[in-house]
Amino acid sequence: MMASSYNAKEEDGHHSVSAASGPSAGPSAKSKKPDNTAFKQQRLPAWQPILTAGTVLPAFFIIGLIFIPIGIGLFVTSNNIREFEVDYTGVDASSPCFTCSQTYSWNSSIPCKCAVSFSLEQPFESNVFMYYGLSNFYQNHRRYVKSRDDSQLNGDKASLRNPSKECEPYRSHDNKPIAPCGAIANSLFNDTLELFYIDPNGTRTQIPLVKKGIAWWTDKHVKFRNPGGNNFNLTVVFQGTTKPVNWRKYVYELDTDPENNGFVNEDFIVWMRTAALPTFRKLYRIIQKKSNMTPTLPRGNYTLDVTYNYPVRSFEGRKRMILSTISWMGGKNPFLGIAYITVGSVCFFLGVVLLIIHHKYGNRNNSADIPN
Amino acid sequence: MGSQMSLFGLHCLKGKEKEEERRIRANNREYNQLHKYATNAIKTSKYNMFSFLPLNLFEQFQRIANAYFLFLLILQVIPAISSLSWFTTVVPLVLVLAVSAAKDGSDDINRHKSDRQVNNRKVKVLLNGELRTEKWMDVQVGDIIKLENNHFVTADLLLLSSSEPLNLVYIETAELDGETNLKVRQALTITGDMGHNLEMLSAFDGELRCEPPNNRLDRFTGTLMFQGQKFSLDNEKVLLRGCTLRNTEWCFGLVIFAGPETKLMQNSGRTTFKRTSIDRMMNALVLCIFVFLVFMCTVLAIGNSIWEQQQGDFTTFLPRQDGVNAAFSGFLTFWSYVIILNTVVPISLYVSVEIIRLGNSFYIDWDRKMYYARSDTPAVARTTTLNEELGQIKYIFSDKTGTLTQNIMTFNKCSINGKCYGDVFDYSGQRLEMTEETEKVDFSYNPLADPKFSFHDHSLVEAVKLENPEVHAFFRLLALCHTAMAEEKTEGELLYQAQSPDEGALVTAARNFGFVFRSRTPETISIVEMGIQRNYELLTILDFNNVRKRMSVIVRSPEGKLSLYCKGADTVVYERLHPSCSKLMEVTTEHLSEFAGDGLRTLALAYKDLDESYFESWRQRHHEASTALDDREDKLDELYEEIEKNMLLLGATGIEDKLQDGVSHTIEQLSRADIKIWVLTGDKQETAENIGYSCNLLREEMSEVFTVAGTSPEEVRQELRTARIKMKPETGEGNVTIEGEGEILGKKSKLVQDEAVNGEYGLVINGHSLAYALDKTMELELLRTACMCKTVICCRVTPLQKAQVVELVKKYKRAVTLAIGDGANDVSMIKAAHIGVGISGQEGMQAVLSSDYSFAQFRYLQRLLLVHGRWSYLRMCKFLCYFFYKNFTFTFVHFWYAFFCGFSAQTVYDEWFITLYNLVYTALPVLGMSLFDQDVNDRWSFQYPQLYVPGQLNMYFSKTIFAKCVLHSGYSSLVVFFIPYAAMYNTVRDNGKDVADYQSFALLAQTCLLIAVCIQLGLDMAYWTAVNQFFVWGSLAVYFAITFAIYSNGIFLIFTSSFPFIGVARNTLNQANVWLTILLTTILCVLPVVAYRFLLMQLRPTINDKVRFKVRQTKASPPPPPRRARIRRTSSRRSGYAFSHAQGYGDLVTSRRFLRRAPVSRSTAFSPTARSPGKFLPTGRSAGYSPTGRQSNLRQDETSLQMYRAVKDPQI
Repeated sequence: MMASSYNAKEEDGHHSVSAASGPSAGPSAKSKKPDNTAFKQQRLPAWQPILTAGTVLPAFFIIGLIFIPIGIGLFVTSNNIREFEVDYTGVDASSPCFTCSQTYSWNSSIPCKCAVSFSLEQPFESNVFMYYGLSNFYQNHRRYVKSRDDSQLNGDKASLRNPSKECEPYRSHDNKPIAPCGAIANSLFNDTLELFYIDPNGTRTQIPLVKKGIAWWTDKHVKFRNPGGNNFNLTVVFQGTTKPVNWRKYVYELDTDPENNGFVNEDFIVWMRTAALPTFRKLYRIIQKKSNMTPTLPRGNYTLDVTYNYPVRSFEGRKRMILSTISWMGGKNPFLGIAYITVGSVCFFLGVVLLIIHHKYGNRNNSADIPN
Repeated sequence: MGSQMSLFGLHCLKGKEKEEERRIRANNREYNQLHKYATNAIKTSKYNMFSFLPLNLFEQFQRIANAYFLFLLILQVIPAISSLSWFTTVVPLVLVLAVSAAKDGSDDINRHKSDRQVNNRKVKVLLNGELRTEKWMDVQVGDIIKLENNHFVTADLLLLSSSEPLNLVYIETAELDGETNLKVRQALTITGDMGHNLEMLSAFDGELRCEPPNNRLDRFTGTLMFQGQKFSLDNEKVLLRGCTLRNTEWCFGLVIFAGPETKLMQNSGRTTFKRTSIDRMMNALVLCIFVFLVFMCTVLAIGNSIWEQQQGDFTTFLPRQDGVNAAFSGFLTFWSYVIILNTVVPISLYVSVEIIRLGNSFYIDWDRKMYYARSDTPAVARTTTLNEELGQIKYIFSDKTGTLTQNIMTFNKCSINGKCYGDVFDYSGQRLEMTEETEKVDFSYNPLADPKFSFHDHSLVEAVKLENPEVHAFFRLLALCHTAMAEEKTEGELLYQAQSPDEGALVTAARNFGFVFRSRTPETISIVEMGIQRNYELLTILDFNNVRKRMSVIVRSPEGKLSLYCKGADTVVYERLHPSCSKLMEVTTEHLSEFAGDGLRTLALAYKDLDESYFESWRQRHHEASTALDDREDKLDELYEEIEKNMLLLGATGIEDKLQDGVSHTIEQLSRADIKIWVLTGDKQETAENIGYSCNLLREEMSEVFTVAGTSPEEVRQELRTARIKMKPETGEGNVTIEGEGEILGKKSKLVQDEAVNGEYGLVINGHSLAYALDKTMELELLRTACMCKTVICCRVTPLQKAQVVELVKKYKRAVTLAIGDGANDVSMIKAAHIGVGISGQEGMQAVLSSDYSFAQFRYLQRLLLVHGRWSYLRMCKFLCYFFYKNFTFTFVHFWYAFFCGFSAQTVYDEWFITLYNLVYTALPVLGMSLFDQDVNDRWSFQYPQLYVPGQLNMYFSKTIFAKCVLHSGYSSLVVFFIPYAAMYNTVRDNGKDVADYQSFALLAQTCLLIAVCIQLGLDMAYWTAVNQFFVWGSLAVYFAITFAIYSNGIFLIFTSSFPFIGVARNTLNQANVWLTILLTTILCVLPVVAYRFLLMQLRPTINDKVRFKVRQTKASPPPPPRRARIRRTSSRRSGYAFSHAQGYGDLVTSRRFLRRAPVSRSTAFSPTARSPGKFLPTGRSAGYSPTGRQSNLRQDETSLQMYRAVKDPQI
């Protein structure tokens, strides 16, 4: 009697607790003892680093010792880069482009020309890169950035006829789709810059400017493609589209070289790679080094002939022309060098301070017994 | 309780109309169906196949976070606002919803399964005159069903008839209220007469009227109309669902309440929803963050308006949309920035928190060191959302019986005639520690010995065998002077039913040493003395009560000698001893205090031979007094006093109330962790105090242990005040002052600060005093005094009071409380505390079912708190800090960029990076940290319990920490934005081409950010397992892989408009200055943190730093803890008296009516595994408690008698 009631209790109890587990297997059921694995018992082997004087202080000194030379190297490199900048916006009445900047109109058919003279104190030895720079120009404005149709620019015929809605209000004009559509394309930088060297004897020599090879390879060959593939007759391809409102020519008239025309025009591609900041420079032309003997740009006087088309005065923008050589770290930018030197020095200094503090207090505190 | 009531109230409201009265006609389904009573099918599941998706989604969107993201999603589809593509929100949202839905779904499938299992149980239903086997779910109100032995009761039934005489049935209610003793129910005679007669039963047409469904388990009112007569019905005639039929062959019952309307179901359901303090703080923080978000967006929106105003002419290149002026543009920008900056409240935060908690709960389930092999019980985290709170416990409220103690009494030591027995000494005279291996005394000479009894001192057996007269008298006394009852099922197999386990232990000791109490009748006691059966005539029992603290019997030996045997509290017995034993008294006193020092419960034993003639006259007077009409008690007491005089001391017993293993060590560890332990027990003061001493809660070294036992409010107040002034005289007589006011989410609450006192104090407070002290006017006084003491013991408290004490501390202390208990009487406290822990495998399942964590032994509590709790807290805090850091840093960069992009809500990063940042790039490393991190391993955690203290003080995550976190991310975001900004300003690639374009800059900034936050994670992580390494490096690798993949030609050509960043990775990441910038940015982000942390460690090292430093130094495991020898306290002058029963059963024992029912049926009710086998089974405990908590402790004393009364009454 006793034994039977005991069993019944056991079974019923089991039954009710683990109802879902089906018929219980009786007393020989599997033990509920948890597995003895390092993971389940939280005994996984581990590396337990702590911030000790032995690791922190050397780290500071080493960082200091590494950063300072890097910084010096960067600084020197940056200083060795020749860079020349000329602002041709024409804000002052005295500046040669003042008139042009005053009488601007998108639609004027007569180009306004002005010439800015300047002189280089030092010769530019290697390849020289010619940039145009714009200030206070918000190419990174959200609505501006998205106002383009990458499918269209990639040669998609459907998008050519029916550009993305993002392009509004530069999506269509006169009931024709705009190619290339959008605000970015519409505001393509269209000043023409020409550079002349003024010999000491007064002759103007035009400096040859290379206009190919200024865009990223991926942009030129992958991202931007003319519709119709290898069909070089772009006029046909772009049939039925219209030019952007501000443009004077159609997109297929940008250049005579079919490799550099239409969407794959490199000036256009460079412009379409929007800048991160409101002050930016974009590669305009390359001045190739001719020989080892003569500098690419000898010191002396130069004239920059500008065909002034691009209005920036209304929003207090600025236009500049920059001539620059480059190095392994790109253009002139002393910031990185200075920053490295500063951080390195601070590190070193901090290391010393911490070392002193550690000597004064650290040992006392760390060896102190743990109170109960 | 309140919640239960409210739940009930809710249920009533939900019902179609409130049922006023229930009317049932037996065997009349048509009639009963008119009322649309619930059928017996239960449904705990929430969804079905079709309702799952809509219902679940509806529920999920009720969560504020999900709703917020839905709102964002709606914003994102408005073109004028949309600053991010829709997928940045949809992808995470869908993922989160899917994970939650999967979890809810699997939970619900389990509920379906268990519902189906229960609903498909079989029961016999009387239909059309024959018994048919039906499923439970098909049973309806008004049906008559037949139950058989050990069946679960199908629904709430009115008992009609049973197989047992007098229509009794025995039921076990453990699942209902946790009481393991059997209860009796009896049917009405008129229905009982129907017996097993199916014809009569099916013709039964009684009409029942009763109360509507409710959740009161202890009450039932109704009437039965049958054969023109009206019978009243009460709880004694009702079988509730959830009970089990025991020792009853069969019974018939009429279904009153079925399915969801049964009292069990009305009582079930987790009514309390607990949230951790981190949760609450997180909600507050999220609100702050929202405010902050609105602030940031407003600033940027104003910025946008101004920009539009000043740079209005940029419209040459970028015309405004129709009808948008500068102000309106600002308004649109506001919403655009809400979208962009939404990552300050990341959706993945909530999901990650849940995952971390779940993971840490699994660790608890998996812990082998919290697995109790003897009952095959692993620890279970029943709630998975409270883990980090385990690391912040400040107050523990513990039950005593079954939690601290095993509720097993063992006869451990005795002192007989000035000689102490029970200790074992080695050859050098050194006292040996008792272990499992210590050789036990061989009782084989005694065929009636209880094989489970163990004793280690051989000298006592020798003394018995040598027929030492005092030793014989000692055990004879133990065999005679008690109210236990013996039962012999088979020859030599004795089972004692004792009223208290103490008494059982004493009688069993006597039995094993050769004085076997074998049986009793009202007039005789027969014992087997050293193999010879002797019958003593039982003349009188001078019963035990709380005032007398002793009991005596007067017996006549077979030789005709009259003797009085007395056992009782040493203090009481000593006053009544013959002067001649003063010498013996001295020696015995020494032994008694030694026993007391060991935490044993002591009783002094004395006897006296009586003169026949004197006894006759006394008996005469006794008879008169016991029949007296007035002052009977006083007269009897007087008579007892008269005869219990000039007794001769025999010796003393020491009974050990066996503590569970490791209790005192655990308590010591917890108190080193600055956790205060309050014991709340229903036991008597002496017993509670005794346990207090034996488990180190109270110590001899304590400056003072205050006892509050006043019986009026003034007295209690005075006692509390006196105690307080003694501890801290400067607090003065004045009223309680409240030193602090806290504000939690606008709700002002008074807070009582901790007050430091010199010295250690203990407080023992009695239940009836507690009732006054818990009054509104006095609760602050109580709390203040109690909190000054190191230990607080409340005895004789009701379940409701237990909860009130917990509530009191919760209300006035900003502290996390934990309640631990095993019985149904602890349920209220377990539910009230922040965290409830149930000791499983003891009394019923009630405590476990309402608990948040359960395990088998009290000692696992230290592992739960000091290891799992601490780690969980640490991990959660680290997680939150880091999570906020990484998201704020991520988001603030947008804020800085706004000043350079015309406040146009342009993002800094690629949209795909924004989508994947929280989900892919940074999810696993931080999860890895929060699942694996540990500052020091478990052994060191035990070595230095002080490591627990920062948790109690909320030191790892607080508003200050959060503010620091915000500042830190502010700094990091400045670095992450402005270093790339300056480095890229007007610069070009090494071939003269563009590198300062937006896309390259985005790539640079996001790479800097990701590397910086990864390194920050590395700094935060203290425990680098292989998994962590894999996650961190893997995430970085995945970042680069994904970046190169989505910036590749192929994907651009397939999805041209979605992946415009083609070629950026290739063209940018091959630049030396880009990498130099990344290096500089990361170093600048990390350096100040390293310097700051190092400085802190040097100047103000935390306990954590010190221990980690020590770990580093010793390189190995901590020294093994010193073997804890039990400290002997000899200075004690305290009485170790404790006896767990309140009122003797003397009158029952001597009454001729006692125990018609064999008590054996009762003992079988206990599962021998639940209690240690063969030991004495407690009675009285937890009886009389119902989860509704409406009872006073007065009833508790009564109900243990019910057992006897129940049988007594019918015979009258």
